[in-house]
Amino acid sequence: MSERARPAFSEGDAEEETDTGRETDTERKADAAEPSVESDGVEQSDEKPRTGANAVVTALERAGAETLFGVQGGAIMPVYDALYDSDLRHVTMAHEQAAAHAADAYGIVSGTPGVCLATSGPGATNLTTGIADADMDSDPMVALTGQVPTDFVGNDAFQETDTTGLTAPITKTNYFAQRADDVGNTVGEAFALAGAGRPGPTVVDLPKDVTQAETDAEPGEATTPETYNPQTVADGAAVREGARTLERAEKPVILAGGGVIKGEASDELREFARNYEIPVATSMPAVGAFPEDDELAMEMVGMHGTGYANMATTHCDVLLAVGCRFDDRLTGGVETFAPEAEVLHVDIDPAEVSKNVYADVPLVGDAATVLSQLDAEMERAPDCAEWRDQCQRWTDDYPMDYATPEDEPLKPQFVVEALDEATDDDAIVTTGVGQHQMWAVQYWTYREPRTWVSSHGLGTMGYGLPAAIGAKMAAPDTEVVSFEGDGSLLMTIQELAVAVRENLDITVAVLNNEYIGMVRQWQDAFFDGRRAASEYSWCPEFDKLAEAFGARGFAVSEYDEVADTVETAMEYDGPSVVDFRIDPAENVYPMVPSGGANGQFALSEDQL
Amino acid sequence: MSDSENASETGNESETAGLRGPNPEERPRPDGQRNRHGERIDTATDAEQEPRTAVVSALVEHEPGVLAKVSGLFSRRQFNIESLTVGPTTVEGHARITLVVEETDAGIEQVKKQVEKLVPVIAVGELDDDAVRAELVLLKVRGEEPDKVHAITQMYEGQTLDAGPRTITVQITGDQQKIDDAVDAFRQFGIIEIARTGQTALARGDTPTTPGESPAASAESTADDTTNAPTDTNDD
Repeated sequence: MSERARPAFSEGDAEEETDTGRETDTERKADAAEPSVESDGVEQSDEKPRTGANAVVTALERAGAETLFGVQGGAIMPVYDALYDSDLRHVTMAHEQAAAHAADAYGIVSGTPGVCLATSGPGATNLTTGIADADMDSDPMVALTGQVPTDFVGNDAFQETDTTGLTAPITKTNYFAQRADDVGNTVGEAFALAGAGRPGPTVVDLPKDVTQAETDAEPGEATTPETYNPQTVADGAAVREGARTLERAEKPVILAGGGVIKGEASDELREFARNYEIPVATSMPAVGAFPEDDELAMEMVGMHGTGYANMATTHCDVLLAVGCRFDDRLTGGVETFAPEAEVLHVDIDPAEVSKNVYADVPLVGDAATVLSQLDAEMERAPDCAEWRDQCQRWTDDYPMDYATPEDEPLKPQFVVEALDEATDDDAIVTTGVGQHQMWAVQYWTYREPRTWVSSHGLGTMGYGLPAAIGAKMAAPDTEVVSFEGDGSLLMTIQELAVAVRENLDITVAVLNNEYIGMVRQWQDAFFDGRRAASEYSWCPEFDKLAEAFGARGFAVSEYDEVADTVETAMEYDGPSVVDFRIDPAENVYPMVPSGGANGQFALSEDQL
Repeated sequence: MSDSENASETGNESETAGLRGPNPEERPRPDGQRNRHGERIDTATDAEQEPRTAVVSALVEHEPGVLAKVSGLFSRRQFNIESLTVGPTTVEGHARITLVVEETDAGIEQVKKQVEKLVPVIAVGELDDDAVRAELVLLKVRGEEPDKVHAITQMYEGQTLDAGPRTITVQITGDQQKIDDAVDAFRQFGIIEIARTGQTALARGDTPTTPGESPAASAESTADDTTNAPTDTNDD
């Protein structure tokens, strides 16, 4: 180990190890297991020399990181050793995937990049699901991965994977740290880049020799690379054209995307919509950008969006899309998406403009800036009172409603509404992926940005619980409710141990129908009811499992138990899990079949 | 038909009947339509976009992995790539990647934007039809008729790089049409092996090949600097 600090010796050291072949692994493990014991004695007089790992930690501190999520391991040990002396808060997760989700949620809720750490090989590969998730949703996140020493890279060394190769398609950019003198600046750049422009995940792969090598280099200000210059102000001529188009619109709709929240443009959006009295629909990541109890709110559009949002976007003549990438779950079949609308597309990423839906007026820039530009350019509001009446009629025609027969099992929608009622308006909801996610977005009334934390683009089951941990760390004084399905929760349930250890006051509501419910819904609709592998009658009893982890556990199957149990669970100072045994036959509607026309949404299975 | 009636029949104790509203077939439908690129079209009259060939030039930071990032982008986004060439420029630390793609107009726009989005990419430009383009091909043919081979080589202003009793290897440079013609002409001798580089190209005259690029640049800087890696040479 002592030689590690002196690069001149390290290569000879490495060659000896490779010569001995099969001993390499064990030697390296021993290497890793006893860090700096000798060097403490041999090399240090009074002060420990600064290393690349110290520079990594300093860079994180300077960039503004406060909380990290991760799991220890051989190749990342030098960084953890440096963290030992740092004020940065580290939350050890039970699995690296959860570390990435927690960091992702932390980034969503706080607006600054969440940081996760993992070791090389399996640590890094476990992170990839969470990195891909953050990438699809443009969430600011930095992942630091340990890597085998540079000399071993490419040799299929113990716990080696090509992390930069693996993560290139799922990151905004990634880095392979080469020298201890530069590693601090690289980490700073990764942090700055993750949050800049269109946010996204960045990865820095940290070979062990780089983090162990001595360096006096102090990382400077965290800055984005010279080649990264997103355009924030939209072209004036395009803004004028956009304003003229909006002014003459008879049936305008604003479609808010996740970029409204990420660009801190919720206030501008609200003001703009109310000034010009234009109905607002949102994509799923934008839920909360516009208050759902506002009379202009059409709520969520797309596959499981409201009937009125889908009618409004289908029939509009001008669509002002802000920070939205026109995902297929939103558009349905693109041929029938807002087919008569002139599209004004505001996005900070030019590559999103005309990617899926052609933009008649491209407005490349920052959402808040461009909305202000448009507002300044508008000379009058569009004359669309009749259209607003039409939208209101659709809202009355297609109410979001459900049956609650007393003699039948609990309806999940009722559970969601009960929890909404029991919590503050700014409570944060996180979810897994599946039917429960859709009920949570449909039947909870969201009023503020950054209160809806979910896996949209990647659709990662098991996202809800680790996201709740990340959300709670970012907003310790805010109530956090996590909706999970039975199948979804099983994927990351080990993180309950973390919530218990950190005594996080979160409430996990399991909407338990003993199915992979969304799959079962599709099997019933499109696969002749052949429920291949979607029955989850083998699920554990989540209330007892919660108790085993040291959390509070409850099981509820009757309507009249709901309110009291929710109250008890909310009052408990720590994580609680409520296993709601819901109607296993309940399905998510409205629904637009994959690739279908949004205006032809089904309200029940026989309309599919 | 009435969904609400059905619901009230079956769930007679229900307080509410669940989702209600006109059936899909009873709802108004808009007349418009978009094509698969999301462009509004006049229903059947507008045809699908036809693919065309475009030469795209990307100025990139000459750092490890940049080529993998660019080529990986092409495969995962299913862009139809014809050729890709890469080499350093006169500016230290910069390289130029020349891509020939066959895509619809919308696809070519996406290619340019997605490549530009990669962080190590400095600038991306699409070259006009009048751009200077060239490709190099090495051809190994049977050596039985060296005089004829030589004549064809001269016809295409090529060079003979290797000539033996059994094989002759020649080099031809030029635009794609010329290379195609040359390959056809050599086919009579029996082509044993062939290696083509793919097109590389520069904009004509003072026009910068990628936006913002200054065609002046430094006259003599040797781009290849492979000795900056922190590897102590400890061989033997």
